[in-house]
Amino acid sequence: MSASERPWSLWAAQTAAIMRLELKKTLLARRGLWIYFLAFAPVFIFVVHAYHQLRTGQVGDIGNDTHIFAGIFQLFFLRLAVFFGCVGIFINLFRGEVLEKSLHYYFLAPLRRQVLVAGKFLSGLVAAMVIFGTSIVLQFFALYWYFEPATRQEYFYHGHGLAHLAAYFGVTLLACVGYGSVFLAAGVLFRNPLIPAVVVLVLEAISGFLPSFLQHISVIFYLKSLCPVSVPAAIFMDQGNPLAFLAVNPAPASAPAAVLGIVILSVVALAYSGVRVRRMEIDYGTE
Amino acid sequence: MIAQDPQGADRRIVFEDVSKFYGDVLGVNRVNLSIPPGITSLVGPNGSGKTTLMNLMTGLVRPTRGRINVLGIRPDEPERLFRTLGYCTQFDSFPRGLTGHDFIYSYLRLFGYQHEQARQLTERAIERVGLSEAAGRKVAAYSKGMRQRIKLAQAICHNPSVLVLDEPLNGLDPLIRAETIALFRALAAEGLHLIISSHVLHEVDVISDQVVLLNSGYVVAEGQIHSVRDEIEEHPMQILIRCSRPADLAARVFREDCVVEARLHPDGNGLLVKTRDADRFYLALNRIAQDGFNVESVAPADDDVLSVYEYLVGTGESTK
Repeated sequence: MSASERPWSLWAAQTAAIMRLELKKTLLARRGLWIYFLAFAPVFIFVVHAYHQLRTGQVGDIGNDTHIFAGIFQLFFLRLAVFFGCVGIFINLFRGEVLEKSLHYYFLAPLRRQVLVAGKFLSGLVAAMVIFGTSIVLQFFALYWYFEPATRQEYFYHGHGLAHLAAYFGVTLLACVGYGSVFLAAGVLFRNPLIPAVVVLVLEAISGFLPSFLQHISVIFYLKSLCPVSVPAAIFMDQGNPLAFLAVNPAPASAPAAVLGIVILSVVALAYSGVRVRRMEIDYGTE
Repeated sequence: MIAQDPQGADRRIVFEDVSKFYGDVLGVNRVNLSIPPGITSLVGPNGSGKTTLMNLMTGLVRPTRGRINVLGIRPDEPERLFRTLGYCTQFDSFPRGLTGHDFIYSYLRLFGYQHEQARQLTERAIERVGLSEAAGRKVAAYSKGMRQRIKLAQAICHNPSVLVLDEPLNGLDPLIRAETIALFRALAAEGLHLIISSHVLHEVDVISDQVVLLNSGYVVAEGQIHSVRDEIEEHPMQILIRCSRPADLAARVFREDCVVEARLHPDGNGLLVKTRDADRFYLALNRIAQDGFNVESVAPADDDVLSVYEYLVGTGESTK
């Protein structure tokens, strides 16, 4: 059967071919080592914390640790590690190839440019999830492993443990989808995509204070709405912490609305990228 | 145009009033071409528009104005075009970390080929360009000539009907160059379109069925090399006459109306004559030779691409 008679199967094969090339480049690139450091820094912190608790013989408090985890997840992991990790991974999918003058390799293949965008996005998403998904699972177990086995089992199998882990994993996935699509688009649209990345970073930081309609085009707004445990903002504010505003989420979206919001934002960003890549010319000379 | 054949538009590469500007900078302007199968060479100096023309016909850049059609396919449909066309670009950069084999194999997988078919096509293409022994090495460690050949393998690996080759002989040593030229001839004999660019004029001169001469973004001449020469009636043709008394012969031929210029060859053993009507001059020379001039040979001194090109763009003169 010819390719034109069953385009979906052709597109699937082409997407798989793109992913084979891209995953190797993204996951094994030496220049991407900093992403691993960012992603696994919380694991290191939790391991040190657990080790300290064990050495000093302190008894942990699961409720307290759950809030610590929520704080680190929202204030560091989502806003810094995943955010900048996605900047590093997704912006380079197109921009990096233009700078390395190798994008024509794909443009010389009988490949719909929209399939190329989809294939590269999926590659970035898989790479990001391999890194950040692994990190979130390790963080979770690093935080709780020093508890008594009975306490641990109670929390994981009869309490909220596994549900929270699944929720954090899902939020991480959605963060990679949302930020990934935005930064892939930035890499396609801008010659210096770090400028839009900084703009997005600032907008995400102040999203809690933005008018409602602007909050709805912010990724962090939806992500915070989906987090299973809220950051105790009041405590931050009582202590006069200058970062307290990052925890503000005055009117969270419902879970379905939050998922839908990120999906719509991503589809729009990817569709627009597809249109732009379709019209893209190879002109390395101007870079 | 190189040839008029509206019936066979689907077998030709057609440019209709194509212009390309990079901002204010002219790439090519008002190009009209209809290229038949065989080897067609794009000849011109750096910046003349050869690569722009190739990038236009492969959709890597889009025309500012005009239309392009490659065997009935528009270049802005890469999903169709590159099943028919292979392009060996001048870009000397490759995806990171790939071996020569991976470079071709991964490219073929982008076509949707399954593993076994892609593997077989890869091996055949690499063998055809003589790189089998180096196929397992990283492309980054290849020499310039090897990189050139692996790009050529990429262009031919899927058995295209049209091959666009941008300076394909650059960096090849004489032996490989000869083998590559033989490969081009074999591919042309199979009925392919081969579009080859070069600024090393004598290379394309011997392998081309047609030439397109470019200068500063304009097509200045096109057609078979001899036809191109005939097209340029306003430019005199140069003829080299080897004889015993060139100075006397110069004085004698200069009396003929059709002679524009006559001067001694730098080696002192011949005469270079410029004429606007070669046929009349040859008749006159037959007559003059009977007056005791010992004419050893008479040959066109500029019937190659270099001379035609120099005439057309006014950069110099041939003194073959």
